[in-house]
Amino acid sequence: MDLMTTPDSAQPASAYDLSPSTEVEGAATFALLVDNEPGVLHRVVGLFAGRGYNIESLTVAETDKRSHTSRITIVTRGAPHVLEQIEAQLKKVVSVRSVQDVTRDPNGVERELALVKVRGTGTDRVEALRVSEIFRAKVIDTTRESFVFELTGAPAKIDSFVELMRPLGLVEMSRTGVLSIERGAQGM
Amino acid sequence: MTASQNTKTAPAETTGRSMTGAEIVVRALVDQGVTTLFGYPGGAVLPIYDALFHEPRLQHILVRHEQGATHAAEGYARSSGKPGVVLVTSGPGATNAITGIVDALMDSIPLVVITGQVPTHLIGTDAFQEADTVGITRACTKHNYLVKNAADLPRIIHEAFKIATTGRPGPVLIDIPKDVQFSKADYYGPDEVTFSHAYAPRTKGDPAKVAEAAAMIARAKRPIFYTGGGVINAGPRAAELLREFAAMTGAPVTSTLMGLGAFPAADPAWLGMLGMHGMYEANHAMHDCDVMICIGARFDDRVTGRLDAFSPGSKKIHIDIDASSINKNVRVDLPIVGDAGSVLEDLIAAWKSAGHQPNKAALDDWWRQIDHWRAKQCLRYRGSDTVIKPQHAIERLYALTKDRDTYITTEVGQHQMWAAQFYRFQEPNRWMTSGGLGTMGYGLPAAVGVQLAHPGSLVIDIAGEASIQMCMQEISTAVQFRLPVKIFILNNEWMGMVRQWQELLHGERYSQSYSESLPDFVKLAEAYGATGFRVDDPADLDATIQAMIDAPGPVIVDCRVEKNENCLPMIPSGKAHNEMILGDVEDMGSVIDEAGRRLV
Repeated sequence: MDLMTTPDSAQPASAYDLSPSTEVEGAATFALLVDNEPGVLHRVVGLFAGRGYNIESLTVAETDKRSHTSRITIVTRGAPHVLEQIEAQLKKVVSVRSVQDVTRDPNGVERELALVKVRGTGTDRVEALRVSEIFRAKVIDTTRESFVFELTGAPAKIDSFVELMRPLGLVEMSRTGVLSIERGAQGM
Repeated sequence: MTASQNTKTAPAETTGRSMTGAEIVVRALVDQGVTTLFGYPGGAVLPIYDALFHEPRLQHILVRHEQGATHAAEGYARSSGKPGVVLVTSGPGATNAITGIVDALMDSIPLVVITGQVPTHLIGTDAFQEADTVGITRACTKHNYLVKNAADLPRIIHEAFKIATTGRPGPVLIDIPKDVQFSKADYYGPDEVTFSHAYAPRTKGDPAKVAEAAAMIARAKRPIFYTGGGVINAGPRAAELLREFAAMTGAPVTSTLMGLGAFPAADPAWLGMLGMHGMYEANHAMHDCDVMICIGARFDDRVTGRLDAFSPGSKKIHIDIDASSINKNVRVDLPIVGDAGSVLEDLIAAWKSAGHQPNKAALDDWWRQIDHWRAKQCLRYRGSDTVIKPQHAIERLYALTKDRDTYITTEVGQHQMWAAQFYRFQEPNRWMTSGGLGTMGYGLPAAVGVQLAHPGSLVIDIAGEASIQMCMQEISTAVQFRLPVKIFILNNEWMGMVRQWQELLHGERYSQSYSESLPDFVKLAEAYGATGFRVDDPADLDATIQAMIDAPGPVIVDCRVEKNENCLPMIPSGKAHNEMILGDVEDMGSVIDEAGRRLV
């Protein structure tokens, strides 16, 4: 709101914006309840593609069979005014029932599941197993020279686990993308 | 008219609930109050055309190209306030309709577009005339449907009309496979179906914010109303309320291209259109105002000019039914989400109940400043006795039609801007133009749609010789349905706006902008069964316009105008509202700097 009172403050980008915005970009997680019908995911993803927004992760599954609703969780990046615009655009989609900005919600909880494959022998192998215990990761597959770990947690926790595994022989990983829900008794 | 259409059988028995998908479509259209639809038959919609054959309550207008159908439906909708309905076949029928669908999305026009689709079991097999219509149109409709089951048709059609016409209006597409058109299901009326989407647009503005807005406007020293197509979409009552509220506040009013007519051009408080080819006084008042009241407009780049220099000292109130239009391009201080008419009504009530009075002394100063800008006479142009000036042609057209019941459509380009500048609109719904998408070829089919909605009125398409050729074929539709639309071509033998930009930005290198090998428009009119006139002498202009008005059927006027006239005033690319160029610039080529050249 007070942007307008300071004439040299950043303005939104457009074809007529000769000095590109200098607003700081941040991550945001949006939780969407949508009508579970053909093409609904495309509507949401197409909106991001068509308007030039980023998708860092995306999860979707039906959550209520009776009312035909699915929940989509999207992690995106952008300057504050872009994130505000993304939320408004999402709310405009006829198939979208509600939108929640989980990042700005102090009660928001975000979790992700990762499967991480690490290959190594000797001390590296022992160290990998020790680190996995600290992170409360589960070993779901093992061979003489490899482990597959299953790990859940906030995305930052998974990031740091992966960083610790990298020098110990990280082969590959698979992540679900972020899921979110709000603390407390109320539903979305 | 074919003989078979004169011997229509009685309507099919549609009192029982059970009917085919095609009959459901026709019945639902009748129940939605549709009387006119625009379309073109083809393999995948034949069952619906068969059902139409038995339905005398629906008048089907056979266009010559599906783009014409969507534009005609737009013209019908914009001039009548009712939704426009389109019926086309699968594949090329649907893809041809798309330009008009995007146009309607950009300009918030309610359309319901029904497309045929290949039978369900053939979807995905690259069948003859198959296209992924819902996939292609997902990004350019407000909502769309692929109907897999005839039992869903009543709900979907009624829901489509609701979505198209409420909130921010827009096009809704329903894709119906041929087998669904044949299969039987029960019909339910508009009040008998339960919608599947939780669609409920907010129309009532937040009362606290409305009260705050009223107080802000009352405190203003240099207020301005910046209004748009949203006021017209909100219905005639909204335009009346705008007039009432503007009079109470004593503030000047400007409007976007889409909003012309919501406020009468004859009112002393009218500043004219704003933006790239807007009035000097309107743009300067926008730049220097202290409180801007934006109603139903969206801070489009043609309106704002250079964003970081847009109205730097003002507090901005933005009233819009679409929450995503708020803070999109310009940050505002007081957003109010709601219908323009409803919020204006509340604003007037809030103004009265708080006992607000405008700041008379400050307003007197503000109007003195505005009169100073007006004295620039920004629309001034050099007259001529030997060649018709395009501006003069529009002025004469206005003079000879203003006392009639007239509707104006346009194509896109210089002629469109001259029409917006020189034709003075007093009432809403009288001005149909492609604003957001800027679609050449819009004007003639739109005029066909307008004439159908207003059979006794004078409907004129102000055109350019290049634009008119994009949907020229629809003159045939006008002739077939005896629609006396008048096509007034400002023929300067150039894609004038392209030529102007090449002069300003590209060192007068006129790449591909000359209208080579033009048809003889008089003979062309005659070939179609219409009337053609040509005029190139200013002395004959009035008589030609009068002959056009008096001719009973469709008319093409080939009005030969000055070839190199530029459309001015203009905010050059990358410049601010207070950096407009007027008609007396010596060196046009150096007006726009390097950074501005990169913009659209």
